[in-house]
Order: sequence, then C-alpha cells, then structure tokens
Amino acid sequence: MSLFSRFMDGWRKYRKPGYYDEFDYHWTMTVDLDSCTGCEACMTACQAENNIPLVGEEELAKGREIQWIRIERYWEGEYPNAKLNFMPMMCQHCDAAPCETVCPVSATYHNQDGLNTQIYNRCIGTRSCAVYCPYEVRYFNYYNHHWDSPLDQQLNPDVSVRGKGVMEKCTFCIQRIRDAKDLAKDDDRRRVRDGEVQPACVQSCPTKALTFGDRKDTESQVYQSMNNPRAYKVLDELNTDSSVVYLKKVDA
Amino acid sequence: MEAENNKLGYTDIHEDVVRSIVVTGPKYYATLATAGGLALVCFFFPWFYQLYYGIGAAGMNHPGVWGTYLASFIFWIGLSHSGTLLSCVLHLTNSSWRKAMYRSAEAMTLFSLVVAATYVFVHVGRPWFAHWTFPYPNQWELWPNFRSPLLFDVMAIATYLTGSTIFIYMGSIPDFAAVRDRTVGWRNTMYSLLSLGWRGTDTEWHRLHWAYTFLAVLIIPLAVSVHSIVSWDFAMSIVPGLHQTIFAPYFVVGAIYSGTAGIVTVMFVLRKYMGFEQYITKLHFDNLGKLLLLLSLLWTYINAIELFTGWYSGTSDEYEQLSFKLFGFYAPLYWEMILFCAVAPLLMISKRFRTSFVPMLILSIAINIGMYTERFLIVATSLPRQYLPDAWGFYAPSLVELSIMVGSFAVFTTLFLIFVKIFPSVSMYEVKETMETPKLKPAIPQAGSPA
Repeated sequence: MSLFSRFMDGWRKYRKPGYYDEFDYHWTMTVDLDSCTGCEACMTACQAENNIPLVGEEELAKGREIQWIRIERYWEGEYPNAKLNFMPMMCQHCDAAPCETVCPVSATYHNQDGLNTQIYNRCIGTRSCAVYCPYEVRYFNYYNHHWDSPLDQQLNPDVSVRGKGVMEKCTFCIQRIRDAKDLAKDDDRRRVRDGEVQPACVQSCPTKALTFGDRKDTESQVYQSMNNPRAYKVLDELNTDSSVVYLKKVDA
Repeated sequence: MEAENNKLGYTDIHEDVVRSIVVTGPKYYATLATAGGLALVCFFFPWFYQLYYGIGAAGMNHPGVWGTYLASFIFWIGLSHSGTLLSCVLHLTNSSWRKAMYRSAEAMTLFSLVVAATYVFVHVGRPWFAHWTFPYPNQWELWPNFRSPLLFDVMAIATYLTGSTIFIYMGSIPDFAAVRDRTVGWRNTMYSLLSLGWRGTDTEWHRLHWAYTFLAVLIIPLAVSVHSIVSWDFAMSIVPGLHQTIFAPYFVVGAIYSGTAGIVTVMFVLRKYMGFEQYITKLHFDNLGKLLLLLSLLWTYINAIELFTGWYSGTSDEYEQLSFKLFGFYAPLYWEMILFCAVAPLLMISKRFRTSFVPMLILSIAINIGMYTERFLIVATSLPRQYLPDAWGFYAPSLVELSIMVGSFAVFTTLFLIFVKIFPSVSMYEVKETMETPKLKPAIPQAGSPA
C-alpha cells in the first residue's frame, strides 16, 4: 500500500462518522411560543444547574450579566395599547456556526452529537466568537466570580466553574447528555431513549413550552414538534442552520 | 535638493549623523525620561492591573465585546503600513527623494508593529495562553484553527514583523560600519557586531543591493496582505456594517493613508529636533503631500461606497447600523472623521500648503486623529447594533482603556527615541549617492563610502 493511500485511509477513518456528514445524535430543542408565558423559570433553573455566576449590580449595569438562556422582550405599539412580545433565546447550536470558524484555537467546535461545544480550558479570550454570533448568546467572564457562603455549597459538581477571561454559553446541559449516554451504555442499549435526557430549562418549564430530543429519531417528540407547520428558525436567512426551532405564536 | 546638498561633503554627512548618535543633550534625556515614565504609568501599570483583576477593567460589555484595544491594534498596524511599503515602492522606482527619510519611516513601521503586537496581548482575555495561536507541535496534539481569520492575522503580522526587521537591518549595515569606524569604546564593539564585519568591497555592495531589492519586492505584497487579513477579522463575520467585501481595500488604503500622515509627522520632528534641515527638505513634504492627497480621495471614495452598499442592501439591520453611525450617539465623532480625513486634506491641492511645514504637521496629526476615530467607530457602532434588538447595547471606553491608549503613544515614542541613538536615522550611503563625487579624495579609504 502506498504512503498516499495509507494516509487517505487514515484520513477517511478519522473523518467518519463525520464531522459534518453524520452525527451520532442530533440534539434539537423546540420552543413553543404559544405556550411560553415568559415566567423565566428556565433562566433560574439554568443558573442553578450550570454554576452561572451572579455578576452583581455594578456589572449588571455595565451590561455584563451572564444568562445562558434569556427572555427577549419586544414592545409593540405605544403606551396605552402597548403589547409585550417575548421569546426565550439561548445558544442555537448552529450546524453551520459562525463562531466555530473564527476561534483561532478551536476552543469552540461541533461535536458528534450536533452540539456546539465550548472548551473553557482552551479559550484564550479573543471574544471574536461573541462578535460573530448573530444571536448574541455568548457571554464573557470579565472577572473571576465568587459565590457568597452558603451559595458556594450548592455549586453543581458536574459543571466546571469558569475563571476570568473565558467565554461561555448554553451547552444543552451536556453533562446530563453524557450521563444519559453512560446509563444507556450500562443498560446494553445502543441509543438514549426519547425523553431520557432533559436540559434544566426543559425540565423546569411549567407549561411544557420547551421540548428536547434527538432529531434523528423520527418517533421522538421533538421530531414531531419541529415538523409542526408553525415551526420557524430565528434569523434563518443567515443560513446558520440552527438546532433550535421556534413554534410561532398564534394570534388570538 | 541637489542645490542644498552640494554644500555638503561626504565628511559632513558622517559628522552630522554620528553627532546625532554620540552627542546627547539634556533635552534628549528629559524627553526620554518623560516618554518612558508615561509609558510605565499610563501603559504598563494599567495593563498589569487589568491582567491581575481581569479584562473587566476595560469598558467592554455584552454586545460590545470588542473595544478600543482592537481599534488601537488596527490603528498601529495601519500606521506601520507606509513606512516599509513606501520605502520599498520608492526603492524599486528609483526615487532619489526617498533616501533621506526612509530609515526613520521604516523604524516607524517596526515600532508601530511592536506596539500593535503588544495590543494583541492587552486585548485577549487570557494573554498567558496567546502562544496557542501558533502551530507548534505539542503534547496534546492540538493545532490552531486554520479556518480562523484571526489565525491568518497572527501569521501575517509575524511575517510582516520579521520581514520589516530584516529589511531595515540590512539597509543599515553599511551605515553601522561607517559609525563603527568613527566611534570608540562600547559603541565600537556594538557597531562592530551590528555591521557584521562590513568592509565595503565591491562584492559586498553588489550583494547588498541585490538582497535589498529582493526584499523590497517581497515586502510589497506582504504589506498589502497584512491589512487585508486584518480587515477579514471583521469582514468575515456576519455583523451588519462589518460584513462587506470592500473592507480589504478599505483597510489597505486607510493604513497607507494614516501611515503616510505619520511619516510627515515624524519627519517634521526629526527635521526640527535632530537637526536634519539639510536632508529633509520642502521637496519631501511636497511629494508626500501629493501622495496624501491621492490617498485621501481614494479613502473618501471607499467610504462613500461603504455607505452606499449598506443603504442599497435594503435590509433593516444595515439601515439601523447606518442610522446609528451617521446620526446616533457617536455621530459627532463620525462627522469629525469626515472633516479630518476627507475635507481638510483637500487643502493639499495647493502647492503652497504642501511646502509649508507647520500646516502640514497639523494636517498630518489631524488625519491620524481621524483615522483613529474611524477604527474606533468600526468597532463601537457595529457591534452594539446587531440583529436582535433586545441584545442591543452601548459601548464606551473605560479609564484604563483610555490610559493604555495614551500610554501606547509613549511606548512608541520611547522606542523611537532609543532607535535614533542606535541606528543612523538618515541613510548615509544613499544620501551620498545623490551627491557629486568630491574632488579631494580622503587620505584613508572609508569603509562606509560607496564603491
């Protein structure tokens, strides 16, 4: 076997089962804006699950808050007839993510589960991913944060606490996905079952507006949901091919 | 220039230049101490403070994650542009007026690049890991991301810095030798090392000329590529106002523009305070003025096109970005930039203006203020107005940022002041080439003279 074909074989083996060709899972979330009440339970759950620091009043005023999921507010009309529209916004886990191409050290990349992941240890803090992200869902740690006692006792041991100079964002609770996959392996199952893994926001949603699951499983709840005629993607015209599908609010 | 130079002999040039290196007045020490002190207090202390506490010391926030650090970085890269590039182009086109000024112009390139490279470390959140952007073999078997425009940037700047350093050093070798022959003590040792045993033989001159021309040809495309690549940091994003194909030529023209203005400033200072009145003359200011005029027209054209494409796109995000830039909070800065970089330079149409020193100095400084504003506005008006209005914000620099910005000028000045005492800041051998051969031959053959 020639050196070239050996190299090409190795290359193909390395590429399969494919970076952008084929994912093991394709985790997807749908947000039903018709059910969403904007209660912000998802934000609180996320804060607790993912060790998100509270930056304090001063930093908040400077616009340096960290919210992996946030409720965006849009006012319609003037005061007496004002109407409030809102939608949850979190990392869209784009399959053609602008943030992934720009990181000079590949601290953010796409993994086999169709997730856009962030490696805190590799991040050097150029913040270019936050510039390139059209959804503005990447948050930067401007300082080292601390948790006042006894809050430091409730930190989630499965999630690393991020230090200064590092970018962070929604991970679709990758630690829970990892747990579910380990469980599936221990049970001698090949796949994680639908509904077995839920990110903190989905788990805490009182109106079940959020659905999470594997898009590759056509039986799954999320697959049904994303094929709803009300489905659309935010800023779809930018061709980011995002993994979060919104279901349009029906005007009453 | 010939008329003035005819009064000078070869020896006068040597004496003038060696004097500028060896004789140091209290004024120089006072300036150096001020610049060095300012650099320490305004640049390094705030930077260490920021390193210790985190980059929150700067004014960046959620939508405006890039700030004046990046604007200053582009500004310094831009300022670095003209020196070496201009010197190369003029060398290849055999323009003799280049010879008196190119050494200081190249030094400007070098030190601007050094300051710009320092800004990269000031800008990133964890500068102690900045070496990860270089593709070096490591135990994790990890490589940088070769698709990233930021990585291209690191490569381009490293290449340009290396190229410019070699270029300025190689051009100075005969002058180092000339200074070596006229100094004693530690200076003699230093210049002996720096001149690499230059003897002034025909072969050496031939090789020097060949290598110098080779490097000049090599550096021109490099200079163009560096700023194109810097512009891709912005243009390859999908941020409204940054995602434009015109950005690469826009940045290159802007860079040469601010760089040429910078050369005018530095030449004025050298002429006035280093006593180079006979070498840097009205002719230089006249020619540089013509170049500046051309560049200002190009710059104005590209700016108009940038606004036009934004408007012509017809998308709401581009409209919002344009209206924020032209009429928003930073609108006064925008119109100041137009005044300084597009309107005021039209004065250079008149030859009387181009050949008067003080107005040219004022204009050159105004152009660079305008160009700094341009870089600031690119960052400060585009990022806080992106696609989702809920995430709109506002960015203003903090005290630490402003202090570091001021301090970077002090760092540049300090480096330049050290340079003029080590490098012969006027190229002696090339100035001599423009003069008539003296009638009387010196008793001892001089190593630094052209063969």
